[in-house]
Amino acid sequence: MSDPLPDPSAADWPLFEVFIRSRSGLEHKHVGSLHAADARMAIEHARDVYTRRQEGVSIWVVRSADIVASDPGEAEALFEPARDKVYRHPTFYAIPDEVKNL
Amino acid sequence: MYTQALDVHGREPVPAAAAEVAAAAARFQARIDADEKIEPKDWMPDAYRQTLIRQISQHAHSEIVGMLPEGNWITRAPSLRRKAVLIAKVQDEGGHGMYLYSAAETLGISRAQMFEQLLSGAAKYSSIFNYPTLTWADVGAIGWLVDGAAIMNQIPICRCSYGPYARAMVRICKEESFHQRQGFEIMLTLARGSAAQHAMAQDALNRWWWPSIMMFGPSDADSKHTAQSMRWKIKRFSNDELRQKFIDITVPQARFLELSIPDPALRWDEATQHFSSGPIDWNEFHAVLKGSGPCNRERLEARRSAHQAGAWVRAAATAHAAKQAARALASQEARQA
Amino acid sequence: MSAPAAAPARGDRALGEALFPYVLRLADTSLVLGQRLGEWIGHAPALEEDLGLANLALDLIGQARLLLTYAGEIEGRGRDEDALAYLRDAPEFRNLALAEQPNGDFAHTIVRQWLIDGWQLEVYEGLTGSADMRLAAIAAKALKETRYHYRFSSGWLLRLGDGTAESQARAQQALDSLWRFTEELFAPDEIDERMAEAGIAPRLGAAAGRWERRIGQELRTATLTLPERRPHPWYGKCGVHTEHLGHLLGEMQHLQRTYPGVSW
Repeated sequence: MSDPLPDPSAADWPLFEVFIRSRSGLEHKHVGSLHAADARMAIEHARDVYTRRQEGVSIWVVRSADIVASDPGEAEALFEPARDKVYRHPTFYAIPDEVKNL
Repeated sequence: MYTQALDVHGREPVPAAAAEVAAAAARFQARIDADEKIEPKDWMPDAYRQTLIRQISQHAHSEIVGMLPEGNWITRAPSLRRKAVLIAKVQDEGGHGMYLYSAAETLGISRAQMFEQLLSGAAKYSSIFNYPTLTWADVGAIGWLVDGAAIMNQIPICRCSYGPYARAMVRICKEESFHQRQGFEIMLTLARGSAAQHAMAQDALNRWWWPSIMMFGPSDADSKHTAQSMRWKIKRFSNDELRQKFIDITVPQARFLELSIPDPALRWDEATQHFSSGPIDWNEFHAVLKGSGPCNRERLEARRSAHQAGAWVRAAATAHAAKQAARALASQEARQA
Repeated sequence: MSAPAAAPARGDRALGEALFPYVLRLADTSLVLGQRLGEWIGHAPALEEDLGLANLALDLIGQARLLLTYAGEIEGRGRDEDALAYLRDAPEFRNLALAEQPNGDFAHTIVRQWLIDGWQLEVYEGLTGSADMRLAAIAAKALKETRYHYRFSSGWLLRLGDGTAESQARAQQALDSLWRFTEELFAPDEIDERMAEAGIAPRLGAAAGRWERRIGQELRTATLTLPERRPHPWYGKCGVHTEHLGHLLGEMQHLQRTYPGVSW
């Protein structure tokens, strides 16, 4: 039987990112990462590593290599244009105190 | 703890001229001074990156080497309750090692590389774990003193400037809060137990006190990394400040246990409102750090043999995953054909 | 006539006398297997596996504590979980002989785990409907844990069997070596029969078929072959143990034996 990799023991298992839903009704939140050979093992490791103290009711794992992230070099272009659009926030509008239910 | 994939180095414009490097470093320092967190993809001076890799990986190594002296007592824990607690605690140390390796991985070093550094003897880890656990009381002393000292060291790192390290430390400190308490509980039970148990507790304190005091590192005058690390907010208190704080809170705890601290010079100083203590044997500290401690060889050999004995297991899982992926692809192609 | 009145009482007493060793079988198997897994912590093939094996050990020791406490109450001689765990000698232990086998390499540990997990799945599942409410409650909790253990061990069995040539050979070797300890798992003796008749425990004979089908299928997927023979049947559950148990207990009980009568 030939092994698919020349020396698989030398390399780490792939890195996975772990997202945990702490209780139903809440979103999954990134909690950390771990190494696992396959997706099933990644779920088990995430359970054993990140939910030892009842931190979760649901787990997502995703290969770190599959995550596409924004570039900090583009942060100004991506995020600063939202800064002056204050009219998107309710506090922008002056309503007399006596008007209720607005 | 935060992904390598997010850690794309070199896409930032590399400052070419010395002036540009200086300007980038100044901007970086300004962010630190404004208490902003640095995240993996952000530009950072190479020395900052290297300092963090060194510190975080040493910290991670300490956690996993630290599993060994306490793990030595899992099979002999004297009650089922103590056994369960000890397993959970040693398991936590493994988890903490994992969080820290992950945090270091965001800086562009792999876990395999860090393991290689540990196993080859190139990397350092906390010298405390090179001392033997000879009696059950040592498990209590480690929880009380070693974890106590570790917590004192670690709480300030929760506010460290590097985001992934700070977040790992928040999780670690939260989980560690039970470690010190269980250790003290063991010491209390022994100190109030039979004469033999009390003697066991005193003997453990005698052996662990000075190594615990040394865990805070060389005194400020001799610490080569402190000043720069404080500027970068990787470190927030000096070694001597933390050491003093530890002594001040631990001495009354020892008195409560009716155990005596093995330092004849120890006394309360009214003027400073601190305990003053006798001289630390720094020769011992440096000897243990350099590899001449009682158990340096055992600890590294245990890690090496676990790593080597596990190689075929890791390879099997990798091979199986590749086969599964190939089979899934083949069946997908068969369906499409 | 006093006979009709005395008969049920004698029956209850006899049932209690069988219940005590029956509960010890469950308790000791969990305890001894948990003790073995504890030896791995700090030495596992990957850091993540240290955490996983520690979780299995914690579940098993938790089960042992509940079951030993209950056994002590059934016995009614004031022995608590620690008295039963630390102050009995090997012939008094009632664990499956398979549980006491040394860890060996990771393949031995996984095969041993997978075989016992499969047994516990059947037994705990059956016990959830037990006429003994206390056992039913303990089993309901343990069953959830065991389902995870089985997921863990069967996943690894597959990876090792269908992994590399070396891992396949090691897994097969482990199976060849450990299979001989499996006869007692589903072979009912007088105590098992009594428990089944009283509605306390499931009938082992009925569970045996399910277990065999399940492991047969998983072994095929893992490209492993069941050995043909079980040369010498060991009956740990009747107190007939291999040499390994004495050493395991010597280590586990060392402090309690050296410093008798103190609390820890």
